[in-house]
Amino acid sequence: MSSCHGGPPRSGLLPNPSILPPRPATDRPIIVAIVGPPNSGKSTLFNRLTGLRQKVANFPGVTVEHRMGKAKLKDQHEVFLVDLPGVYSLHPRAEDEQVTHDVLKGEQPDFPKPDAVMLILDSTNLGRNLVLAAPILSLGLPTLVLLNMADDLAARGGKVDIAALSNELNCPVALISAAKGTGIDRIQQFLLGTAVRLNSPPPRIELPVLHDVPKCRQWAAKLGIRASYRAPAPPLWTRRLDAIFLHPVWGPLIFAAIVVAVFQSIFSWAKPVMDGMQGFVLTSGIWMKHVLPDSPWRSLLVDGVWSGVGAVVVFLPQILLLFLFIGILEDSGYLARAALIADRTMSKFGLQGKSFIPLLSAYACAVPAIMATRVIENKRDRIATMMIAPLMTCSARLPVYTLLIAAFIPNIPLLGGILSLPAATMLSLYVLGFLAAIITARVLKSSILRSRGSSFVLEMPPYRWPTWQSLTLRLIDRARVFLRRAGTVILLVAILLWVLAHLPLENGKTPPLEHSVAGMIGKTIEPAIKPLGFNWKIGIGLITSLAAREVIVGTLGTIYGIEGDEESQAKGLQTALHKDLTASGAVALLIFFAFAMQCFSTLAVVKRETGGWKWPVFQFSYMLVLAYSGSWLAFHIANHFLA
Amino acid sequence: MAARKKRRKAAANPPPLTLADLQLGQRCILDRLDLPEDMARRLMELGFLPGNEITPGKRAPGGGPRVFRVDGSEVALRQETAARLYVRRDPESDFVVLT
Repeated sequence: MSSCHGGPPRSGLLPNPSILPPRPATDRPIIVAIVGPPNSGKSTLFNRLTGLRQKVANFPGVTVEHRMGKAKLKDQHEVFLVDLPGVYSLHPRAEDEQVTHDVLKGEQPDFPKPDAVMLILDSTNLGRNLVLAAPILSLGLPTLVLLNMADDLAARGGKVDIAALSNELNCPVALISAAKGTGIDRIQQFLLGTAVRLNSPPPRIELPVLHDVPKCRQWAAKLGIRASYRAPAPPLWTRRLDAIFLHPVWGPLIFAAIVVAVFQSIFSWAKPVMDGMQGFVLTSGIWMKHVLPDSPWRSLLVDGVWSGVGAVVVFLPQILLLFLFIGILEDSGYLARAALIADRTMSKFGLQGKSFIPLLSAYACAVPAIMATRVIENKRDRIATMMIAPLMTCSARLPVYTLLIAAFIPNIPLLGGILSLPAATMLSLYVLGFLAAIITARVLKSSILRSRGSSFVLEMPPYRWPTWQSLTLRLIDRARVFLRRAGTVILLVAILLWVLAHLPLENGKTPPLEHSVAGMIGKTIEPAIKPLGFNWKIGIGLITSLAAREVIVGTLGTIYGIEGDEESQAKGLQTALHKDLTASGAVALLIFFAFAMQCFSTLAVVKRETGGWKWPVFQFSYMLVLAYSGSWLAFHIANHFLA
Repeated sequence: MAARKKRRKAAANPPPLTLADLQLGQRCILDRLDLPEDMARRLMELGFLPGNEITPGKRAPGGGPRVFRVDGSEVALRQETAARLYVRRDPESDFVVLT
């Protein structure tokens, strides 16, 4: 089936790539847009075609993310693919739909109009999916229609005559499975022809009036009949799984169990790898000290850069594990069910169900989460979601939490060994961030961001097995982002800190840390943070972590690297910390990091999204107040109990 | 639209049935959407078109939104939204056995 040609050869369809005339010389690469409704497998196809040759980018002027990638053709040429936000129609409502609309119409500033379109549709629900073909074909661009999930369609007894469909639409049509990789040859063939096709002929079947949804749906139905489309049987497994996952009792219990399992495994599975990496950073640092001649440069390299950056890079396995779990939940279709379960709770706090998915992705990072709020049409709901997103425990907090928990929280088994005290502490911090977020939302929504009723409309995708390729690509992407930050922000802060910690010179020698510029800065803020149980060294960390939360780990690495002799370095950061923090101070520091807005990137995105400094300044201030009072309370309560 | 108005009149005599009144598995035909244009359009794009058949499915635990089977897919709506979708019962099929 998948190798079928879309009917007899005609203009617009080039059956044999070898007879193509030579490509015209163009000064810009060929751009092909991938369009489709949400859940049609757009991203899977994009990953399949581009592999690692892709990156996330932003259109100039707007914040909607899209992915650009290169697909290598059989003739060694490359075609640029752009993965546009999923849409149900070209009638723009939300900002992401506007972007898809503008790009396809050639109205997106500074972005060339695509040379061709690949329209990807879910073949298991072709009746509704074909509606999108009408506005896409009316663009007049060369179009390849891809009917995805061919394996599902066949397995569930559905069928479609792609030759007939191709004949009606007057464009090539292919039946593919992006997840399994079948039918991809046909795409290669189409892409090979994109350089020479300028226009596509209008479809044989007359297009409907585009703004009339019922007319468009009728048109799609007629098209389906002419293509002898037989809809597949309902997805039995999805129904069976929903009976469990949406069960009044089991549903919420499984939801809770999944969350607990994720945290427990982040802690226990990543630990051996992290211990190994930490050992490597320490021993290689000591080795470098022995090999290199004694000089300020050696100190900068070993104490500044290596201990600073190394202390942060150690946390890569843990962050990847978190993203692996989020990826599995999202790709399998469970996340939509989780949103459904959570909607009622969310609405009690004045938020709408659509706020749930941005907030969930804020567990990974607040920056994409704030961009993801664009799906919320109500402006006040959107700002409220942006304001609380950084309270969700992002992955940059993970290194800080892990370090402090491993150093100060004893490993006591709880609940008969299902959960350990460190994992439970970590889980409580996540819950705390979530509670703070929804309570803040409640306060905001009943005061400065009050609005009338909101809605929740969410399509439930069928359950699917996540593919290894998609999961791997996610992880590689996250690893790149994390390492890039380690190589830029964290590296710069580490170098700057090393310099500030070595100046001013005393009699031509480096001063003790206390007398250095960094030490003096820490001493200056010490009176303000003393009530929280932090001394001036932690103060230095608090200041550097304004750039990004995980920087404090690097900073402490650098501080102890400079201060300590080899012996105390080998004992690692965890032991060294005990010199400067009490257990109650550590609890206070955890709370401070749970609430404080220490991330330049997030503030910059909020400024860009809201179009001014008002909201980011408000956000920074309220979170600082929350962090300060929260950790003050925590310090005193912990002191009371631990003393 | 004229034919639809007539149908609405017939169904409006008392009390109008909405999607929120139906039980799990009670099939119905959508008559009209009493929602702001933007919202109505979004729902129509998802398959909530007058004349289409809708089957209420599972409800989120604790009285949350309900999943509706419509036009080959499943879409979750809150109760207050479902209450704005006027429907009539499908005379041919009453309850369907849900797997």
